[in-house]
Amino acid sequence: MTEHTITDPKTPDAKTSKATKYVSHLELGEPDKTFLDSNELIINMGPQHPATHGVLRVILKLDGEQVLGTECVIGYLHRGVEKIAENRTYTMFNPYVDRMDYVAAVSNGLGYCEAVEKLLNIEAPPRAKYIRVILTELNRLASHQLWLGTHALDIGAMTPLFYTFRDREEILKIFEKYCGARLTTHAFRIGGCQYETYEGFERDVIKFLDFVPPKIDEYEELLTTNRIWLERTKNVGVISKADAIALGVTGPVLRASGVKWDLRKAQPYAAYSDFDFEIPIGQNGDTYDRYSVRMEEMRQSLRIIRQAVEKIPEGPIMAKVPKVMKPPVGEIYHSIEAPKGELGYFIVSDGSTQPYRVRVRPPSFVNLQALDIMVRGALVADVIAVIGTLDIVLGEVDR
Amino acid sequence: MVGKLKGQYGSGIREASSYLGQNYLVVEPAIIFELLQILRDGEQFDYCVDITAVHYPEREKQFDLLWILYSFSKNERIRVKIMIADGETVPSATPIWATANWLEREVFDMFGIRFDGHPDLKRILLPDGWKGHPLRKDYGIIQQDQEWVKANLGIESGQ
Repeated sequence: MTEHTITDPKTPDAKTSKATKYVSHLELGEPDKTFLDSNELIINMGPQHPATHGVLRVILKLDGEQVLGTECVIGYLHRGVEKIAENRTYTMFNPYVDRMDYVAAVSNGLGYCEAVEKLLNIEAPPRAKYIRVILTELNRLASHQLWLGTHALDIGAMTPLFYTFRDREEILKIFEKYCGARLTTHAFRIGGCQYETYEGFERDVIKFLDFVPPKIDEYEELLTTNRIWLERTKNVGVISKADAIALGVTGPVLRASGVKWDLRKAQPYAAYSDFDFEIPIGQNGDTYDRYSVRMEEMRQSLRIIRQAVEKIPEGPIMAKVPKVMKPPVGEIYHSIEAPKGELGYFIVSDGSTQPYRVRVRPPSFVNLQALDIMVRGALVADVIAVIGTLDIVLGEVDR
Repeated sequence: MVGKLKGQYGSGIREASSYLGQNYLVVEPAIIFELLQILRDGEQFDYCVDITAVHYPEREKQFDLLWILYSFSKNERIRVKIMIADGETVPSATPIWATANWLEREVFDMFGIRFDGHPDLKRILLPDGWKGHPLRKDYGIIQQDQEWVKANLGIESGQ
């Protein structure tokens, strides 16, 4: 230590040290001169960035750490799903919808099948509707678990990821036993379900229902009162009720802003009118409220599944569907409450075997538009938190 | 509601009907902005679910342009439809619903319908230099912009 501090008597003197002394521009009262003094900086986040949950590119305009504005660049996963639909028959298009929101494929299929059924003026038999509800709610749970794991990971809590993926596996096992596929399940057909439940399906589901509630408590134990989690989520990405409605935001994001609206209650489809469940809502519209809403939704999904398994009726699982589907000329809009929000299908039939037009109203696409308003004035790290809390799936944003 | 609107606009409302229990209005393009404004403010259709279009190349007015609206207080949906010719512009609904921004950009991207007064009307899903609008019926499914593929990916498109 002392060696370094010994000064060479020849070199340093009072004159030179004064000349090299740093004088700030503020002291001199001079205007900003170099590029380093400029306040605004445009930086690019993504499309290859693990925290953007896929291929989302966000252009950020920053002042230091503060976000002044954002622009999303999307379309990297665009496959032209709507165009493909016009060149396939109604039945052939069914598996394609699974590839949009690939973490909630069952919901996508449900919305599409029900829309075409409405157009054909047929209805799925009660047993098929119950099977649909069970699988869709299991899928909602799986989707929320995936969201929680990745969202917490983005914010810096690594443990929940392992817990949620471990438990989500149990749901995927049920799917695999039911229809052979884990993710892009193609579980439903127009008019009902292709497969009868396998031997021991009810037992597996009930086993899962008993297994998972303590696990959800465990996730909450890790996060709900965790100080770092609270600091990173409370008052972050706030969106007011009025803004949320004007931006067409749906699903848990809308409910966390205080709008008690869930399509399963507002306009019940499948067999949802038969079950008791609550719609959890938040008040502040911040990231923490969205987290609480989704956690509660998981528990409500379990409630629905239990009622459905207990009450599941016997009977056929497929309605009488014509071999060649030619819905009468007309238009239909049908939407369901997917895990991310309102998933709608607008289908135009010209009376032929192929749809004239299929429009998908994706919840992720519309919700992502709220990113800009939610992160203005926040810090860069909050952008990561907000992308996570919006729960977007780029396959659905880009279609 | 329909009676009131008809009284106000007369022949501006061309058709008010329902199919499979879903209500829709077909109106003249000239009154569309005013009508959407009235539907939001007067009839409480505060949530714009979707904006989309359908292409009918054999018609003189080639495009159906639709707004799907929902009212939280009434728990009711309505579809408002106008018919426009190719090249005709439509007033943007962004001052009424902020959500119209991206939805209109998508309609522009896929159909080439232009919206007057849109803050930033450009392609959203396809690359900026893309040619053509894929959801038009005359855009073939194997047709793609070969120039774009050559310039940006450096390969023959092989189509």
